[in-house]
Formats: sequence, C-alpha cells, structure tokens
Amino acid sequence: MEAIKTIGLTKKYKGLAVVDGLNLLVEQGELFSLLGINGAGKTTTIKMLSCLTKPTSGDAYLNGKSIVTDTAGVKGIIGVSPQETAVAPNLSVRENLELMCGVHSFSKEKQAQKLSELSGQFGLTDILSKKAGKLSGGWQRRLSIAMALIGEPEILFLDEPTLGLDVIARSDLWDTIRLLKGRITIILTTHYMEEAEALSDHIGIMKDGRLLVLGTADELKEKAGTNKFEDAFVAIVKGAAK
Amino acid sequence: MKVLTFSGRTAKEILRDPLNLAFGLGFPLVLILLLSAIQANIPVSLFEIETLAPGVTIFGLSFMTLFSATLIAKDRESALLQRLYTTPLTAADFIFGYILPILPIAAAQGIVCYIAAILLGLPVTITILYAVLFLLPISLFFIALGLLCGSILTSKQAGGLCGALLTNLTAWLSGIWFDLDLVGGTFRKIAYVLPFVHAVELERAVLNGRYEAVLPHLFWVLGYTAAVVIIAVLLFLRQMKRQ
Repeated sequence: MEAIKTIGLTKKYKGLAVVDGLNLLVEQGELFSLLGINGAGKTTTIKMLSCLTKPTSGDAYLNGKSIVTDTAGVKGIIGVSPQETAVAPNLSVRENLELMCGVHSFSKEKQAQKLSELSGQFGLTDILSKKAGKLSGGWQRRLSIAMALIGEPEILFLDEPTLGLDVIARSDLWDTIRLLKGRITIILTTHYMEEAEALSDHIGIMKDGRLLVLGTADELKEKAGTNKFEDAFVAIVKGAAK
Repeated sequence: MKVLTFSGRTAKEILRDPLNLAFGLGFPLVLILLLSAIQANIPVSLFEIETLAPGVTIFGLSFMTLFSATLIAKDRESALLQRLYTTPLTAADFIFGYILPILPIAAAQGIVCYIAAILLGLPVTITILYAVLFLLPISLFFIALGLLCGSILTSKQAGGLCGALLTNLTAWLSGIWFDLDLVGGTFRKIAYVLPFVHAVELERAVLNGRYEAVLPHLFWVLGYTAAVVIIAVLLFLRQMKRQ
C-alpha cells in the first residue's frame, strides 16, 4: 500500500518552477531517498509534503490524506527532522522531548512512556538534564530525530540528517535510522551518496524540479552502466543536462 | 493543553536568559533608586515617587517588546519553528503561546517596581493594585509590538530596533523624566499622538486616584493595542504561510 502519492506536484516562485509536476509513489514502511544537486527541489518537495508550503498546483496524499485539503490530518501522521538542528537550545533534553509530547496533547502517563522509550532508543538517558544547546552536533541530531518521533508518526521526513557530522556520529545515526526501517515510512534527503545507497529501499534523483529517475541503488547503477553509485548519480544528472 | 505547553517553553526561554532578568527587572529598579536619590538631594519636585514609579513601570514594559521580538525572530531563524509548524499546533496556539506567558512577567515587573516605590515612600493604598491591573492592557500593547517586530525582523534587527529605538521612544516621548509641556510645540504634539505618554498618564491617574482622567488615556492605549494586535497577528500569519 502506498504511503505517499504525489500527482503533478508543482511549486512555482515568481513563475519559476522549483518543483515541476512531480509524480511519485512511496510504499508504506520503505525508506525512500530523494537525491539531487543544490536547487534540485528536494527541500521544497519535503516542505510541501509536510504542509510547510502550499503547492502551486497538483496534490499529494500521505496515507490517503491530502496536503491541500487536509493539512491537520497530514500534520497528525508526520514527523519532521529539518535540515538544521531544530531543538530549543535553552531547554534541557527532557524538556525538549516534553515540549513535543505537549504539542501532541499526550497524557502524563503517555509522556512518561514516550520519554523512557525514546531516551532509551536514542541513548539520551544520561543527558536528559543537559541543555540541548550545549550538546555536540551529533547528539543534537539524535535529539532532533527523537523529537520528530515523539508523535508516533506514520511518515518521517529526514532532511539531510547527517550533514556536518563526523564519521562516527554519522555511522551511529545510520544505525538508528536502520532500526526505524520497516516500522514507519521514511523520506530521506541527503548529499551523501553512500548514505543513500546504504539505507534506501528506493531512490529518486531530482534535477531542476523534475524527477529524473526512480529505482533501487542497483537499478540506478545498472541504468547508468557503472559499478559505483556516486558515478551513477553523476552520470544521470549530467546526462539530463545534455 | 497545546498552548500551555508552548507558553511554558516561551516563559522558560525568556526567564533563563540572565540578560533578560537584568534588563527586565534590574534596570527599572536601578532607575527608581537612582532618580529617587537625585530627588532627595534637589530642592525642586522633579522625580516624586508618585509620578516616577508609574513612569518607570511603563518604561520597563518596553523590555517586554524586546523579549518577545527577539525570541520570535530567533525562533524564525532557527529550524525549531519550522518543525513546530509541522505539528498539530495551530496559528492561535503560536500567537497565544508567545503573548500569554509574557503578561505575568510584565505584571511581576510592575509589582517589583511598586514594592521598591513603597520602600521609597509611596503610600500603600488600594490604587497600587488597580495600577498593576491597568498594566495588563498596556503590557499587551508592548508584547504585541514584539510579536509584530519579531514576525518581520531578524533577531539582530529586532534587538536594535526594540532594544535601542523603542526604549528611547518610550523614554523621551512619554513624559516620564520631564513634563512634555516644558518642551511644547511639535515635540509635544507628536508625543500625544503616540501611545507612550497616554500609557504613563493612565498609570499615574490610576495610582493617584484621579479616575476622571483615566478614560481618555485608556481609549488611546486600547486603540493602539487593538491596532498593533491585529497587525501583529496578520504579519505572524503571513510569515507562517511564507514557510
């Protein structure tokens, strides 16, 4: 069953199409990576799918809910971890998690249960009383993803989750993302090709607001006639320019 | 529930910043103490506590604009607000969540100023309680002005505009430190078109039991408050849509 279906999804700024007639299908429980060079339209696509910006035309359905006519319904089933680390710096780790429990109107019992569950899953138990602003980049990203998961989303958007992290922190975060695979649908945008290849079930490559290709990492390598996924990406994007 | 959660976060962000506490509570107290000390050593009646305390209390409220404007501008610049826009929080939750928690902070600031004034000789009467209550609509004006500025300015611009320009406007065009009739002319006319002097005169009238003088100033304050709240809400909604 499909988790996301976009139909001619388009966003124009001053007449210029940033996302141009995107038609996309993402199955439930899969990890789908959206790749592309800067300005390809990945972040705008995520912003439309997470109801942050309205499409100029077209629509998308997230588990059957329209991003145009049922934004409240969509907001109830998604979690977003934005490109920048989205934590309240003057609040402790615990307070950040409680903030997200509160915005989802959880009872005290459910709040305690989610706090215990997510702090255990993301290894945050020992730093619950630390101010979020004092954490390293890697820990802030972990907290950011944990906050996105508080609302028990059916679909999780991870916009460049490992940007700027060192190798170890990135590897740790990959493990965390792998744990989530299959349980919820994950949409990942990244500039790291090895990340997309290692984690994704399917990969879409965008350029100039359009979806160039869609497939598994192996299918895209085969299509480009290369053994390395990064070479396949370059060949596909450059090929589209010709 | 949702709005209470967001309000709690707003209050924590403001109260955990030591600079906010220093400016919000410390600065008005220093002004009351300093100007009262000057009054005690000069032969003319310049800073009598009955007129000084309400004035400084209103001046202190200009810091509420600074607090709310910089917090909202910082939130807009960070990805936190973007994240929260994708949650079930509604526009009303955000607006009330930014405004409501600053009202008790403003009231607390006023109470601290009046306690200091009592220690410096202000007679204890029921009008002090009324004066604190009348601070609420005036506070709403200053807080909504912060919402307005925070919705359109960067945190740096909000800090400069609200921290320097607004505090100076409140200081000079409100008749707190000197009688505007002494300056007269265009300066006085401009001052009386703006809400600051009306806020100060309203607070002085309430504190000193001159109730017949309350309404004309209250109308000015409420008119400005309504206008600023409406513009602030519209601008906040506009920036929400622009996400």
